[in-house]
Amino acid sequence: MYTFSSKLKTFSIALIILGVLGMAYGFFSGPKNTHDVEKILNANNHGHDAHATENSNNEHKAASEHKLDTHKVENHTKTEAHTNKDKHQEHLEHVLHQYQNKPWSAFFIAAFFFFMVALLVLVFYSIQWAAQAGWSIVLFRVMESITAFLLPTSFFLLLFLILSTSGFNHIFVWMGEHASNDALLVEKAPWLNKTGFLIRSFIFIAGWNIFRFFLRKNSLALDKAAEMKYYKRNFNIAVGFLGFFIVTELFFVFDVTMSLDPHWFSQLYPFYVFASMMVTAVTTILIVTVYLKSKGYLPNVNQSHIHDLGKFMFGFSIFWSYFFFDQFMLQWYSNQPEESVYWIPRLLGSYQLPFIGMLILNFVLPFLILISSDFKRVSGIIVTAGLFIIIGHYIDIFILISPATVGDNWSFGMSEFGSLLFFFGLFIFVVFNTLAKAPLEAKGNPLMKESEHYHYYNL
Amino acid sequence: MSNKIIQAIFDDDDVLVAAVKKVRESGNHIEEVFTPFPVHGLDKAMGLKDTRLAITAFIYGVIGISFAVWMMNFMMIDDWAQNIGGKPSFSYAENMPSFVPIMFEMTVFFAAHLMVITFYMRSKIWPFQEASNPDPRTTSHLFMMEVDAGDNADAVSSLLKKVGATELKVVDKH
Repeated sequence: MYTFSSKLKTFSIALIILGVLGMAYGFFSGPKNTHDVEKILNANNHGHDAHATENSNNEHKAASEHKLDTHKVENHTKTEAHTNKDKHQEHLEHVLHQYQNKPWSAFFIAAFFFFMVALLVLVFYSIQWAAQAGWSIVLFRVMESITAFLLPTSFFLLLFLILSTSGFNHIFVWMGEHASNDALLVEKAPWLNKTGFLIRSFIFIAGWNIFRFFLRKNSLALDKAAEMKYYKRNFNIAVGFLGFFIVTELFFVFDVTMSLDPHWFSQLYPFYVFASMMVTAVTTILIVTVYLKSKGYLPNVNQSHIHDLGKFMFGFSIFWSYFFFDQFMLQWYSNQPEESVYWIPRLLGSYQLPFIGMLILNFVLPFLILISSDFKRVSGIIVTAGLFIIIGHYIDIFILISPATVGDNWSFGMSEFGSLLFFFGLFIFVVFNTLAKAPLEAKGNPLMKESEHYHYYNL
Repeated sequence: MSNKIIQAIFDDDDVLVAAVKKVRESGNHIEEVFTPFPVHGLDKAMGLKDTRLAITAFIYGVIGISFAVWMMNFMMIDDWAQNIGGKPSFSYAENMPSFVPIMFEMTVFFAAHLMVITFYMRSKIWPFQEASNPDPRTTSHLFMMEVDAGDNADAVSSLLKKVGATELKVVDKH
């Protein structure tokens, strides 16, 4: 049995408190109205901030366009002055919304990231059941404990979605008042409307949680009474979950993150997010396992199990890179305005540095480090590669969401760190609490023996 | 005097692996083992060094990707500049993403083909090469261990009998 040490508990609670403070600061320190925004923009203009000048350039452009529009009007100087002022006000409001979105967006990114990690660990766990894999049984309790984080993150994510739908922020543009003026959004409205959005999100998230509840329940029951009944039941639930998941994940990701850029679309997007979070999920399993092993738990986990998780990390990193490049190259090559609009802030705009950095962290480094069979057995090296992957995919999710919600006004400040620390602390608290609740070995599983003896031929 | 080897036939792979360990422990030198299929753990038991084929594969892959980089630069940029999706001509950097599939394929092509050829050369398998297998039965159902006879062929023979050999044959070194 694992005991949740009070030291780790205090650490996790400290992280949660720090996180709440950071988020609260983010919510209260932002600009309240357009006057505050004007001050910030002016301050930026006096400085040498590149994108502030870009903003003012845009204003000039908008102004000159209006000159053309209003040429026909007789008293055009008056109208021009008037619309110009309106335009300026509109721009200020737009920037204000971006600033107001920032703490929400930071919270959303962290909630989505941790929710998807817990969910994809559940998927990985279900694959082990459905495939009747023998090697991974010694890791089952670790995986189950990470999936325990699904319920709290579901709560926070649903809370965020409900608040966004009720108009507390401007994260989803298609929910705003301008959506009815947009022909594309009007056409998409039968699918992309607030009621449908909430109902679908609720069904998907509740469904996943129900599957998780029964998988865990049967797994524990199998420990007490080693009966095939529970084993078969869990096999069926796992197969059912995988079927349910692969359909619902598509629509969930379309709804929750792809609709942030409601004009842009990519059929590969759900698989891209899937690959991104799958590699993070496997890495999370590995890091928790290595941590527990360093504390003297999990005596049956040997080098071969660690090596296998390393192979999955390597494989899914390449899988992610493949999807990333597929999605990028087709749209880069064809150069359609409605598609390239997604890539401009990322590839050429203010997100260029994290965008390129993420490619190095998620593809180049894992590829070069994990390609060696020997490196996959050294805990220090594989954990380092794992940290690169986790940081890289956090940045990946950050630039998946941020350009649409805060635009060029992004930074990694108090609210971003606060949200990350809050969920990280909660993760430690929930996962290690669940680990302490049940024996660390799934003894009742009929394949346990095979897992204990698992041996990779080249070790 | 040791220009003789003993060819010992085994009919079970588990017996063979155990026998290999015992023969090596007793200080005898195993020349070669012939098996009809790859036997799990035999290389470790024989004390063979790890294969360096993976390293050659990596080197070939690097050669492949370098060749692809040069080739696409020559074909699409230098020799006859092509319009690629309206991107600026005469610039490798700005057209690079469209060359990535070719780089990938070339890496795989070079690594795979050259690795297979290296493996054949290293195993001395080339066209018109006669099979060097001493007993055709080792290609269907039996296993053979070739042990250096040393100074005392009888002692080695009795050891081999003891560890489970079904047939023994003393031949000249080939």
